[in-house]
Amino acid sequence: MVQRRDDLKESPSQTAGPYVHIGTNPNWVEITGVWQGDLGLVLVGPDTKGERVLIKGRIFDGLGKPLNDALVEIWQADADGLYNSPEERRGRADPNFVGWGRQPTDRDTGEFRFETIKPGRVPYGDGRPMAPHITVYIVARGINIGLHTRLYFGDEAAANAECPVLNRIEHPGRRQTLVAPRGEEAGLPAYTFDVHLQGHHETVFFDV
Amino acid sequence: MSDHRGSFYARDRDWHPPAYTPDYKTSVLRAPKQALLSLDNTISEMTGPVFGHDMLGPRDDDLITNWSKTGDAIGQRIVVHGRVLDENGRGLPGVLLEVWQANAGGRYRHHKETYHAALDPNFGGCGRCITAADGSYRFRTVKPGAYPWPNRVNDWRPAHIHFSVFGHAFAQRLVTQMYFEGDPMIWQCPIVGTIPDKRGVEQLIAALDRRNTTHMDALAYEFDIVLRGRRATLFENRMEGT
Repeated sequence: MVQRRDDLKESPSQTAGPYVHIGTNPNWVEITGVWQGDLGLVLVGPDTKGERVLIKGRIFDGLGKPLNDALVEIWQADADGLYNSPEERRGRADPNFVGWGRQPTDRDTGEFRFETIKPGRVPYGDGRPMAPHITVYIVARGINIGLHTRLYFGDEAAANAECPVLNRIEHPGRRQTLVAPRGEEAGLPAYTFDVHLQGHHETVFFDV
Repeated sequence: MSDHRGSFYARDRDWHPPAYTPDYKTSVLRAPKQALLSLDNTISEMTGPVFGHDMLGPRDDDLITNWSKTGDAIGQRIVVHGRVLDENGRGLPGVLLEVWQANAGGRYRHHKETYHAALDPNFGGCGRCITAADGSYRFRTVKPGAYPWPNRVNDWRPAHIHFSVFGHAFAQRLVTQMYFEGDPMIWQCPIVGTIPDKRGVEQLIAALDRRNTTHMDALAYEFDIVLRGRRATLFENRMEGT
């Protein structure tokens, strides 16, 4: 026998289900007026520093059908690579940029869209810089535990090539599932981040 | 004293549901098949957004009245309360809890809902609150009904309340569901059944709390939520500045 440890266990995850938006985006599902506006729709204000970019994409199931009932959250550093969080000790983040956003996927097209800024680089645990990236979290009906992944930027080839996290992915072809190609829309750089839950192009998801 | 500022304890994936659970049919086409990329937390996961109490309205935590049109929502009035803790047993302040649920008849206010049970004109089904300094929270609602859902021919969900939980870091992000003590429907539900260990299911069942009923008003249920805990950093060199 040894001393007993009374560690607690993390509460088990359960699916967010088909009605997640009642709780997270009530105004979007016509439950209006309980609170003003749904959280996380707007990331960027007039005083936010950094390059405005558009992030968009769809989430495909194993038969290639886009999910029209998912919820997507993003979390990112500011333009200087600082997180707006008490845990950030390297400096003060832009007070005009929270860095968190949340959008439902469109009922018809399955598309999600965020207008945000391109984040700066932040360090890996050993101090090497990671490539600019956005943390992406996805929940939906049929997803038993929320999926963590990352969006990297298609026009950051040099930084991506030396990113210690991207280089942890054993098969180089799979690294590309995290890299959003750059296009343009309404005068803004637009990065398309399509997520594949299964199949040949299955996105790399993180246990982190 | 230990300084719990290290990375978060690895998530015990055997305690959580696996992605692929064929009795819950929707998971079949939505479950990633490849191995997850495991890595120690980086600052991208050890940080997270902060939600202040000032964002809350006075009725955000009262589902009985926060969508009232002509009066209170119909149903068994309950208070749900408890604490949000980490795996080290410490109460976590400032945690945003968002809840959503069916009405007392088991009907959601949602365009995709197909169950015959009636809508309650005074019930929206959403609420939110933020934990206090000791990690405690409470909200008032009506007990949701059980309802049938399109999975196997005769599958019913037990009464439950959905919780979305923001801890202090994105690594702690959790979405789960709360069930009610004594409900026989819990043990035949394929979504509950995605949890591999019976003790894990029991961790999601709120206890009837007879001491904290509100006189002539509401029953009480107690439900604690545990988020990932952090390692102490006593013997670590941190790469950040001070």
